[in-house]
Amino acid sequence: MDRPSSTTRTVPPGLTFPETTPLVVPTDAPAPGRARPALPLRREGPEKLTGEAKYADDLVFPGAWFGATIRSTEPRARLLEIQLDDAFDWKRVVVVTADDIPGDNIVSLIDTDQPVLVPVGGEIRHQAEPCALIAAPDRATLREAKRHVKLRTERLPAVFDPIEADREFAHYTVESGDAAAAMKEAALVIEGTYRVGHQEQLYIENQAMIAVPRDDGGVTVHGSLQCPYYVHKAMKRALNMGDELAVVVQAETGGGFGGKEEYPSVIALHASLLAMTCRRPVRMIYDRHEDISATTKRHPAVVRYRSGVSDTGELIAQEIEVIMDGGAYCTLTPVVLSRGVLHAGGPYRCPNVRITGRAMATNTPPNGAFRGFGAPQTEFAAEMQINRLAEALDASPLDLRRRWVYRQGDTTPTGQVLRESVAGIEVLEAAAEASAFDRAHAQTHSMREGRTDGARTATGIGLALAWHGAGFTGSGEVKLASVASLELTEDGRIRILTASTEMGQGTKTIFPQLVADTLGVEYDEVEIAPQDTSIVPDSGPTVASRTAMVVGGLLIRAAERMRARVEEATGRSFADAYRGAGPMRIDEQFVPYPGEPFDDKTYRGDAYPAFGWAACVVKLDVDLDTGEVAVRDCVAADDMGRVIHPVLAEGQIEGGTLQAIGYATIEEMKLVDGRYLNDRMATYLIPTSLDAPRIRSIIVEAPFSGAPHGAKGIGELPMDVGAPAVVAAIHDATGTWIHYLPATPERILAALTGGPMPPPPGISLEAPEPNSPPIEDLPPGGDEMPFRAPTDPGEPR
Amino acid sequence: MTFRFTVNGEPVEVKANGSRRLLDVLREDLALTGTKEGCGEGECGACSVLIDGDVVDACLVPVSQAQGTTVRTVEALAIDGRLNELQQAFLETGGAQCGICTPGMLMAGEAFLAGGAEPTDENIREAIAGNLCRCTGYTKIIEAIALAAQRRTDA
Repeated sequence: MDRPSSTTRTVPPGLTFPETTPLVVPTDAPAPGRARPALPLRREGPEKLTGEAKYADDLVFPGAWFGATIRSTEPRARLLEIQLDDAFDWKRVVVVTADDIPGDNIVSLIDTDQPVLVPVGGEIRHQAEPCALIAAPDRATLREAKRHVKLRTERLPAVFDPIEADREFAHYTVESGDAAAAMKEAALVIEGTYRVGHQEQLYIENQAMIAVPRDDGGVTVHGSLQCPYYVHKAMKRALNMGDELAVVVQAETGGGFGGKEEYPSVIALHASLLAMTCRRPVRMIYDRHEDISATTKRHPAVVRYRSGVSDTGELIAQEIEVIMDGGAYCTLTPVVLSRGVLHAGGPYRCPNVRITGRAMATNTPPNGAFRGFGAPQTEFAAEMQINRLAEALDASPLDLRRRWVYRQGDTTPTGQVLRESVAGIEVLEAAAEASAFDRAHAQTHSMREGRTDGARTATGIGLALAWHGAGFTGSGEVKLASVASLELTEDGRIRILTASTEMGQGTKTIFPQLVADTLGVEYDEVEIAPQDTSIVPDSGPTVASRTAMVVGGLLIRAAERMRARVEEATGRSFADAYRGAGPMRIDEQFVPYPGEPFDDKTYRGDAYPAFGWAACVVKLDVDLDTGEVAVRDCVAADDMGRVIHPVLAEGQIEGGTLQAIGYATIEEMKLVDGRYLNDRMATYLIPTSLDAPRIRSIIVEAPFSGAPHGAKGIGELPMDVGAPAVVAAIHDATGTWIHYLPATPERILAALTGGPMPPPPGISLEAPEPNSPPIEDLPPGGDEMPFRAPTDPGEPR
Repeated sequence: MTFRFTVNGEPVEVKANGSRRLLDVLREDLALTGTKEGCGEGECGACSVLIDGDVVDACLVPVSQAQGTTVRTVEALAIDGRLNELQQAFLETGGAQCGICTPGMLMAGEAFLAGGAEPTDENIREAIAGNLCRCTGYTKIIEAIALAAQRRTDA
């Protein structure tokens, strides 16, 4: 797809913006992986297209039993007893409780608060929490056994609203300048409170794990997962196993999006405990209902936001308070909050910023990783503010962004100087040009002016801009110290050894592509080893859009060393000489990118080695009778640094953009008594091909010099920008701002008619009292909350 | 009971309870694991197969209803180990990412191509409306089906 080569900037009178020349390369420039004229095809594509690819549930282990989880049916309670009914012959099955755990009763992750199974006497903290496990030789026996287990409990008071919660997982403050003083000087101040709800990853393959006990006392798990070494670490701790006894093998994985980042550790432990007890392979394959009920979701959040603009039209102050709902256990919440806080200002220059964030515990199922990882929540709020400021200033939302977006040399609120690869303006102009934003915006404006009372639909166009930090936040990559390896086997094969998983995004294609180009051999000459912890090193988790940039970079360096070594030893080209030059193995460990180290205590320094930039323009129709939104057209322009494989990269943009449109319009988890009500595909809706707009993706390339191939990362970036573009378009169509995501028909109609607003997203309703009216008749929850000055942050941790 | 029908050109005889899901018969009794389960209630289309040419969700079909029919699954598409036009088009355009919806998408696409409707954006969207994909945003799947239609017309 062509990137516009020239840009037209319309500057309103009195407004100017700095001129810089960011490094943007033409998309046909040579780059690693692009040396050959034809792009390689997806490495595992033929297996996926013929049905030969083996996902976890396709694997056959003779004699395997079936496992099930006995789960809580209350949001908070004391577990008094696990009752096994005498009417069932318990010798037919195995039952595992917390007492049977050989190691620590902990799902090892950031914190140690989450038990593998709630022990008798312990506290149940959320609905669908695992309390006991059963395995049986067949499904019918398993179902029968499950019916004969009862949990005797004592109910305890539950907390559902993170604002009322008193247990905190983490808090952070980012501060630059003096936001409070600057706000007093501002000629215009806009305030808003924005709330976003849970979002379900809804990978089409459910969570699945099979544990196989081995004669040496160890267990091998085969599963649908993103992070083999997260599972490995969890198994070592809870099963009391050494490095070699716990083995994790990734099966073909049918989508993850973050949902298979940390939860597979839980299932792997459950399946392993059962397998160790019955001494047979045990299959734990969730059905959709169990998967939605029990597994992690995107964190709901409340963002209170105040922005101040000077009389010369500069953005001079931002005061932002972020509250995230972590659910019942910590999981990855501190890191999600951290990313949310660091992105909350949006991609805009502002000298006086104060961002505080806290993540609170509620009695709902734990929230966790989902594409974007905290940033979509806070950047929705940031973009709402920019669009509302544009309205208040009577400025074009495009021009205001042109004026305020970060340019090369600008400084972020953590004091990070954006030295290179700053392409906010490029993605903005690319999206604006491809969508003819100015003209379309003028058209929808005049349509709105000329609309009669009898109009049935309203058309609107909306724009949003975002940034997304590439790789782990702060000191994360340094702490991970990832290793990627390249092997030349004795029989002359080139093999990549990494723990980076393929879940559709293209790892297995781009890695051989990068290595082949660096070595000067054909794509098909480079193999990739299976993601099996007994074979591959820990190259870190497959998360945070880090695989192409970080692990891909390590592989290029390993390949450079291997090539040099072979060519020096033989005096011939690598391609000619490598077949007889093995065996050889190069282990390449992460070396920090240049820049200012990030200080986790003060939240100062380079929060990310580089940022990706994204702009999205959405055109939609709002049905004025029903409030339904039909997204008609969408342009998404994304800068991910040098692109390795344009087709795969476009696939990431298109898929991420549609997930963002779903987040904006229809995807909402509803809860009563801390339980997800719409825990089926029939009730939790995602966009179908008929709901999806035509998505036009535009690739912008601003290479990052810290990575040998200039790549930054693409997975999460498009997720940050779609939702605010949709809500801006709804405003353009109807003149009303929806502050809550998703902008459902109910919320849009309430806003249009001035009727009562449905309850805010992300908050569970209390359990209905006996004889109470049905849930849909309950009075609506609060609408706008007053802005609260950020509280004393205390010591960041 | 014993049920007789044809799967991918081969006659099969299955001894099963008549209410056993065709999906389980294919995956477990016949070891055809290319057909996937996503929801078990006819919402996602991952288990789409063709029965006498019509796209159905195999999770909703009791095996008793397959009696005497001709069933086609994803395993039937490749010819002599070579991808057919539709599979090849998916591979080239990026229509498959994680791959779990792919077998069902391919079967819906096959039915669409066999039906001979004009391969417009709207018609293709309609044809795959019962098949959910969470990876692609559908754009490249639609491109793939349109490309395969083009190649079949040209051929």
